[in-house]
Amino acid sequence: MSTVAVEVTPTLPEVHYLNADYGWRSWLFTTDHKRIAWLYLFAITGFFAVGGLMATLMRLNLVEPQGALMEPASYNKLFTAHGLIMIFFFLAPSIPTVLGNFLIPIMIGARDVAFPKLNLLSWYIFMLAGSVFMLAVIRGGVDTGWTLYTPLSTTYANGHVLSAAVGIFISGFSSILTGLNFMVTIHKMRAPGMTWFRLPLFIWSLYATSVIFVLAMPVIAITLALIALERVFHVGIFDPALGGDPILFQHLFWFFGHPEVYILILPSMGVISELVAAGCRKRVFGYSFVAFSSVAIAAISFMVWGLHMFLTGQSVYAGFVFSALSFAVAIPSAIKVFNWTATMHKASVSYDAPMLYAIGFIGLFTIGGLTGLFLASLGTDVHLHDTYFVVAHFHYVMVGGAIMGYLGGLHLWWPKMTGKLYPEAWARFACLLVFAGFNLTFGPQFILGYLGMPRRYAVYPPEFQVLNVMSSAGASILAVGYFIPLVYFTWSAFKGPVAGPNPWGAKGLEWTIPSPPPTNNFDVTPIVTQEAYAYGHEEAHVG
Amino acid sequence: MSEHVLPKRLYFVIFVSLVVLTAITTGVAFIDLGPFNTVVALVIAVFKATLVVLFFMHLKYQTGMTRVVIVAALLWLAVLIGITMSDVFTRHWTEKGSSWQRSSIISPYRQTASAAPRLPRRA
Amino acid sequence: MADAHVSAAPVAHQFDDFQQQTVADTFGMWLFLATEVLFFGGLFCGYSLYRNLYFEAFTAGSHLLKIQYGAFYTVLLICSSLTMALGVRAAQLRQKHALTIYLILTWIMGFAFVYVKLRYEWYGDYLEGLIPGVNWAPSRESLEMVNHFHATLPHLALFFIFYFCMTGLHALHMIVGLGLLTTLLIFTQQGKVTGGNYNWVEIVGLYWHFVDIVWIFLFPLLYLIGGRYV
Repeated sequence: MSTVAVEVTPTLPEVHYLNADYGWRSWLFTTDHKRIAWLYLFAITGFFAVGGLMATLMRLNLVEPQGALMEPASYNKLFTAHGLIMIFFFLAPSIPTVLGNFLIPIMIGARDVAFPKLNLLSWYIFMLAGSVFMLAVIRGGVDTGWTLYTPLSTTYANGHVLSAAVGIFISGFSSILTGLNFMVTIHKMRAPGMTWFRLPLFIWSLYATSVIFVLAMPVIAITLALIALERVFHVGIFDPALGGDPILFQHLFWFFGHPEVYILILPSMGVISELVAAGCRKRVFGYSFVAFSSVAIAAISFMVWGLHMFLTGQSVYAGFVFSALSFAVAIPSAIKVFNWTATMHKASVSYDAPMLYAIGFIGLFTIGGLTGLFLASLGTDVHLHDTYFVVAHFHYVMVGGAIMGYLGGLHLWWPKMTGKLYPEAWARFACLLVFAGFNLTFGPQFILGYLGMPRRYAVYPPEFQVLNVMSSAGASILAVGYFIPLVYFTWSAFKGPVAGPNPWGAKGLEWTIPSPPPTNNFDVTPIVTQEAYAYGHEEAHVG
Repeated sequence: MSEHVLPKRLYFVIFVSLVVLTAITTGVAFIDLGPFNTVVALVIAVFKATLVVLFFMHLKYQTGMTRVVIVAALLWLAVLIGITMSDVFTRHWTEKGSSWQRSSIISPYRQTASAAPRLPRRA
Repeated sequence: MADAHVSAAPVAHQFDDFQQQTVADTFGMWLFLATEVLFFGGLFCGYSLYRNLYFEAFTAGSHLLKIQYGAFYTVLLICSSLTMALGVRAAQLRQKHALTIYLILTWIMGFAFVYVKLRYEWYGDYLEGLIPGVNWAPSRESLEMVNHFHATLPHLALFFIFYFCMTGLHALHMIVGLGLLTTLLIFTQQGKVTGGNYNWVEIVGLYWHFVDIVWIFLFPLLYLIGGRYV
């Protein structure tokens, strides 16, 4: 129970999952969940770089009111590809497929996920989807916005909507299979004694995410199939000129689209719970509230989709109900934020990089979440709809929330994944850079939106230039902030000091096994006798 | 679950019930019940589906979690259809809908483009 | 009785025992079916919306379908579900011969479904010009039907789009099911099922019954709209 570290120079285990086998076959045909996590890590890092590059180009273009770089048509394609890549090929898979794949079996005391081959298949499906989509981008791209609204996407857009839609359609199945795999794993593979309320909160949030994967992804898949059909045959499914209802598309899209937002943020919330517990050496305050708030968010997220459609022709009465329901999501989200801060209360908080990310997350997510309420109010949304306010809001949630969580998680578990330590000073510096750059990028966009600058435009009135230049300057800081971890992570994987099994003195099954773990995770199936956050006697018995 | 070997007799009873229900639902379609034709057809369909799920798919002998999965799937389906329909039903409560909703469904601009011939309505 | 065989069954390395593997596999299939419910659900949602908006056209479209086909498919699929269920029972009892026969019967009925649907029903629709986007030139009789119900042609097209999407997606699932049955048959002949993992039959069976259930709803929703008494 004591957290006093024993001063022994840690060494790497002789055989672990990274050196158990060599050669490209041992990676591309692996069914080891830890190696599949690495496959995903490489893939999504690539997509993140592409998506990030697009964002950089967009911000460069917006330095000048008339557009500094490109034609408006190219700009349209750029923001569409940026949105689709970031959402479907980076954010949605980020935490679940990298950290989730690596950690779920270890955290619940299993040797692997329930269906290892299916897990590998998910990766191949994901890569196929990514290739199809990137091909569409290279061949000329899509200019419909990531929302693919009809009848623009089905009738009027000239881009490669069809192949882009096929790419996203395929990626949906990768997510479905991953979600299914995780759910079965969490249900059926827990070690003896690992009851639901001894599970780390990360598992709870990934479970909630998986529920959304399983129930929301099929709807977008079938909707994209309808779009493809409509585009090929022009039969009028979503075309008002032929009696079709474009609002139907929006219903189907946002039935998936809003839960998708929670796919992006829920895993991150789970990571934050772990970071806060490890950083404060303390049980997360109100464990069961945090656990159930994940499930509540997943459930409610399916009933609020109409908040995206207040101004697109939806019935105002439905809008009223949607608005009220949207406010309900704020409750479980707020529960989490309050509980994290309550955990930090009177704790000996360490300010290591993972904890810095967690603190950054709490601040940025709170801003992102609260500005969401502005957009969920029927009246204010009329003013703010489709402006930069919306852009700023969801970037605060997705970049300030989801990516901060993802990076924080990577920092916490990097020693577990590689067995090596990264340079702490650089990590803190990068974290601060990301935080500052992020706020400088998206803070001004709130103001721009409030002043009335619409989103998705390549040009803007000259009076908005100052704020836009600020935003672009912030984006370049942000880019540097994202680049630094790439460098020191790569360096540390080869040359970093050996981490030892538990460099943070944290609790949880993953810290009881060597770093990097052996291929089978546990030589003997562990028998769990205590909760996930058994830090010291007092906290363990109080809650 | 897999250890529950059900008697063949039960399977045949379910089978006969399903065939009879199919006959009933087809037969009822030829009787004028007004709007209740749809209701009866759906009630019978739900009943048939329940039989299949409970006995052919052995749900009756599954653990509670499987039931939760099914109930969740159906609940989510109900949310999807229910809330979407609630929009459709209330869209015209206000006098002014969106412009495309107010215009006649076949817009004059597209009539020439659409290959569909229209017969004049019978009064 | 079953326990004697359990020890012989192969257990994948990530599972502790065969029991855990069976439960996990079956639960995974149920989850997949939940996904499928929502996958079809998107179409059902669109269907409900347009059926409400253009009830006349949907009634007219329904009357242009041949109810004999619909009823025939329904009974056929119920039969195949019965043989599938009996196949699962045979697998539970390790009766290789009976299992083979039931699987073949199921396969034949599934194939008959797909064949009749494509070769006769859909091809008939094609000849009558009832496939929007492919061959959309409704005959005089069809137009009279449309007129009779005070519907319009574009709305009739919407009915047929949903008819083809829903039955097409269903037929696609049937074809996948046929593939699964074929695989299962091969495994059965190799003794991998009755001598090993009999639970595969249960899992394929779940899928097959689910596809049957979808049809149980498609039949009244597509073929019986507004009653046939006109």
